[in-house]
Amino acid sequence: MRILEGEGIRKNFEGLTALANVDFHISRGEILGLIGPNGAGKTTLFNLISGSLVPTSGTIKFKGENITGLKPHRICRKGIARTFQLVKLFGNMTVLENILLGGLFGPSTASPRSHTKKACLELLEFVGLSEMKENLAKDLTIINQKRLEVARALATKPELLLLDEFMAGLNPTEVALAIELIKKIRNLGVTIIMIEHVMKVIMDISDRIMVLHHGEKIAEGIPEEITANKMVIDVYLGT
Amino acid sequence: MTHSTNFLRLLSLLIFIVLLALIPRYAQPYTIISLNSIFMYIVLTVSWAMFSGPTHYISLASAAFFGLGIYVSAILGDKLPLLVVIGFGGLISSLLALLVGLSSLRLRGMYFTIFTFGLSELIRHSVLWWEVNETGTVGRWVIAVDNTTVYYVMLAILLITLVVTYIIKHSKYGLALLSIGESEEAADHIGINVNALKIIIFAVGTFFMGATGAIMATRWSYIDPSIAFNPLFSFMPVLMAIFGGVGQIFGQVLGAAVLTLLADLLLTKLPYYYMLLYGVILIIVILFLPKGLVGLKEEVKLWLRGMKQRYENT
Amino acid sequence: MSLTLLLDILIGGLMMGGLYALIAVGLSLQYGVARVLNVSHGEFIMLGAFATYSLYILFGMNPLLSLVVSGPFIFIVGFLIHRTLFKRLKRLSPTMDAFEGSSLLASFGLLFIIQNVALLIWGSDVKGYSYLSKPVNFFGAVYAANRLVALLFAILIGIIFYYFLKRTRVGKAIRAAAQDVTTAQLMGVNIHFVLGLCFGLGALMAGIAGSLTSMMFEITPLIGFPYTIIAIIAVVLGGLGNILGSLIGGFILGLIGNIVMYIHPGLSLIAYYLIFLLLLLIKPTGILGK
Repeated sequence: MRILEGEGIRKNFEGLTALANVDFHISRGEILGLIGPNGAGKTTLFNLISGSLVPTSGTIKFKGENITGLKPHRICRKGIARTFQLVKLFGNMTVLENILLGGLFGPSTASPRSHTKKACLELLEFVGLSEMKENLAKDLTIINQKRLEVARALATKPELLLLDEFMAGLNPTEVALAIELIKKIRNLGVTIIMIEHVMKVIMDISDRIMVLHHGEKIAEGIPEEITANKMVIDVYLGT
Repeated sequence: MTHSTNFLRLLSLLIFIVLLALIPRYAQPYTIISLNSIFMYIVLTVSWAMFSGPTHYISLASAAFFGLGIYVSAILGDKLPLLVVIGFGGLISSLLALLVGLSSLRLRGMYFTIFTFGLSELIRHSVLWWEVNETGTVGRWVIAVDNTTVYYVMLAILLITLVVTYIIKHSKYGLALLSIGESEEAADHIGINVNALKIIIFAVGTFFMGATGAIMATRWSYIDPSIAFNPLFSFMPVLMAIFGGVGQIFGQVLGAAVLTLLADLLLTKLPYYYMLLYGVILIIVILFLPKGLVGLKEEVKLWLRGMKQRYENT
Repeated sequence: MSLTLLLDILIGGLMMGGLYALIAVGLSLQYGVARVLNVSHGEFIMLGAFATYSLYILFGMNPLLSLVVSGPFIFIVGFLIHRTLFKRLKRLSPTMDAFEGSSLLASFGLLFIIQNVALLIWGSDVKGYSYLSKPVNFFGAVYAANRLVALLFAILIGIIFYYFLKRTRVGKAIRAAAQDVTTAQLMGVNIHFVLGLCFGLGALMAGIAGSLTSMMFEITPLIGFPYTIIAIIAVVLGGLGNILGSLIGGFILGLIGNIVMYIHPGLSLIAYYLIFLLLLLIKPTGILGK
C-alpha cells in the first residue's frame, strides 16, 4: 500500500527552480533511498513533505489524504517525522526532555503523562542513550546527537520517517551501528526515506532508490538497476 | 526533594502570604505604597518573562500593555465597578497582544524586539496626538481608590500571576516554550503548534500587565501618555528579570523586588544617579552575571562545595 | 501648490535628510559590521553637540573647527567602548542572535549611563548658541546659513567616507567585513580592529552630526533618543547591514518628515513609526536588502 505519494511536485524560489515535475511514491514498510549530487533538491523535497515549505504546484498525499501545504506540526501529528541535515536538538535541555517533548506533542492521540514517560524511556533504551538521559543535549557526541534526534522523532509515533543525511560526520564503526539502528526502526514497522551520500549504505539498506539531479527525477528502481543506469553513472562521475 | 520539604516550603509560603495580607492593618502608609510598587514591578517582570524568558523573543512592548490598562482605568473608572475595570484592562491588553502577536509571527530575534519597541512608541505618540488634538487635554484624572484596596488588589493579581506562571512553567507547555527558544523549527516538527503557543502565552502575560495598569492608575490619579506609556516600563522588567535570573520564577521576583527597593531608596535622594546606576547594573549583569543573582547563588554554592571537598581531601 | 513652496519643502527635507543620512550611516557601520544595534547612538550625537557647545561657550572656538578637537575624542571613546564592552560580549555569546540581543540590552545600559552623566554635568535646561544664523537666499527660498553649511558638511563627509571605503586598504577591509566577517578574517583582515574601527567611526559620525545640530537647534541632554529612532528606521528602511541603503533611508526620512510636517506638524514622528512598523511587517529586509 502506498503510504506517501507525490504528483507533479514543483518548487520555485525567486528565479530558481529547485524541483521540477517530480513524482514519487513509497510503499508501507519500504526503505527508499534518495540520492543525487549536491543541490539536486533532495532536502527541498523533504521540506515539502514535512511542511517547512509549500510546493509551487503539485500534490502530496499521505495515506490517501492530501497533505499539501499543511503546517509542520499538523503533518507530524498525521504521522510523518524527520531528522535534519544539521542536527536540530534542544541543546540546553536534557536528553530525556528532548524525547519527552516529542512524545507529549507528536502523537495523534494523547496518552497519560506516565505512559508517555515510560514510552520515552523505552525509546532511550532502543537507541542506546539510557545512561545519558539527564545529560544536556548539547554536550553529546555527534553520533549520540543523531540518535537523540531519531529517538525524538520516533517519540511522535510516526508511520513515515525522513532521515536527512543521517550518516554525515560518522566514522565507519558508527556508520555500521547507524545501519543497525535503521534496520531496527524498519522492523518496528516504520517506513523510511533516507537522503544519503554514502553510496555503500544506500545500496546496502534501501529497497528502492530514487535519483534526483537539478531538481528532476532521473532514475528510480532497485539498487541493482540504479548502479547499472547509465545516466546515474554519468551524473556521478561527471561531478 | 522529599515530601516533607515540599510541605514545609508550601507552609512557609502560605504563612508569608498571610503576613502580607495583614500588613495594611499594622504598617505605615509609606510601607503600603512601597509594597504596591514592588508588587507592580514583580507582576510586570514575571508576566514579561512568561513569554520572553523561555522563547528568547525579547519584547519591549510591556509599556504598551501596561499603559493600555492605565487608560482603561482612566476612561472607565468612574463608570464601572473597580474589579470590572481591572478585568477590562487586562482583557483589552490581551486583545492588543493577540493582534501584535498575529501580525509579527514571521519576525525573529532583533526584528521582533525593535518591532515591539516601535509599536509601543507608536502607541504612545498616537495617544498623545489624539489627546492633544481630539480630546483637548493631555492628561486625565483617574478615580482615586484608597491605598489599602489597591494593596489587596495588587496582592491578588500578584498571587494569581505567580500561580499561573508556575502552572504553565511546570506543564508540558512550559517545556514546549523552552524548546521554541532552543530550536523553533524542530519544535514545529515534533507536533508543537508553535504559532498558537507563542500568541496565547504572550496574551496571557499581557493580561496581567493590563490589569496591573488598571489598578495602579488609581494610585497616581493623574495620568498622561508619557506617564502611562513610559518606555521605562518596557525596559525595567527586562533588566529586573536578567538581574535576578530570568530562568527561574524566584529569580524574576527577586530581581524585581531588589531593584524596586533600590530605586525607592535612590529616587528620593539622587534621581539622576539612580538611572545611571541602572545603566551600570545592566551592563555588569549582562557581562558578568548572565544567570543573574540566582545564578550567582548557584556558583557560590558550587564554589563552597568545591572548597569543602578540597578541605576534606587534605 | 506653488513651485517655490514645493522646492522649499523638498530642499528643507533634503537638509534634514543630510543630517539623518549621516546619523544612519554611522549606525549602519555599527550594526552592519559590528552587529551591535547601538541604541545609545543618539547619545553620541548629544555628546558631539555639547562638546561643540562647550568649546564655543568656554573658548569661543569656531563650531566647525571644534570638530577637529571633539571628533577624534568621540572616535576614541567609541573605539574603546567596543573594545571593552562589545568585544567581550561577543566572546561570551553562543550565537549571533544571543549577541545581538545582549548587545542591544548593553547599549540600553550605555544610553542610561551617558544620558544621565550628561544630565549631571550640564543639567536639563535648554542650551544653545548662535552661529551662522543669518538667512541666506537659496533657490528662491530663505534658509539659515547654518543649515546650508550643515548640509554641505554632511555631503562633504559623505564623499570623504565614500573614497575612504573605496580607495583605502582599511576601507576595503571594512567593506569585506560588512559582507562576511568570517571570510574577511580568513583573508587576513584584523577583524577585531576593524569591528572596533567601525564602531568608533559610527560614533564619530554621530558626534559630527551632533556638532552640526548644535549650530541649528537648541540642545539638552535628552535630544539623543529621537535621533536614534530615526537612525534605526533609516537603517531598516535601507536594509540592515547595507551602508548605502541607510544613507538613502536617511534622505527619504528627511523628505517624508518635512512633507508630513507641512501637512500636520506633530505627526512626523508618528509617520516615522508607522513606516517603520509596516516595513518590518512587509519587507523587513528593506529597500536595498536581499
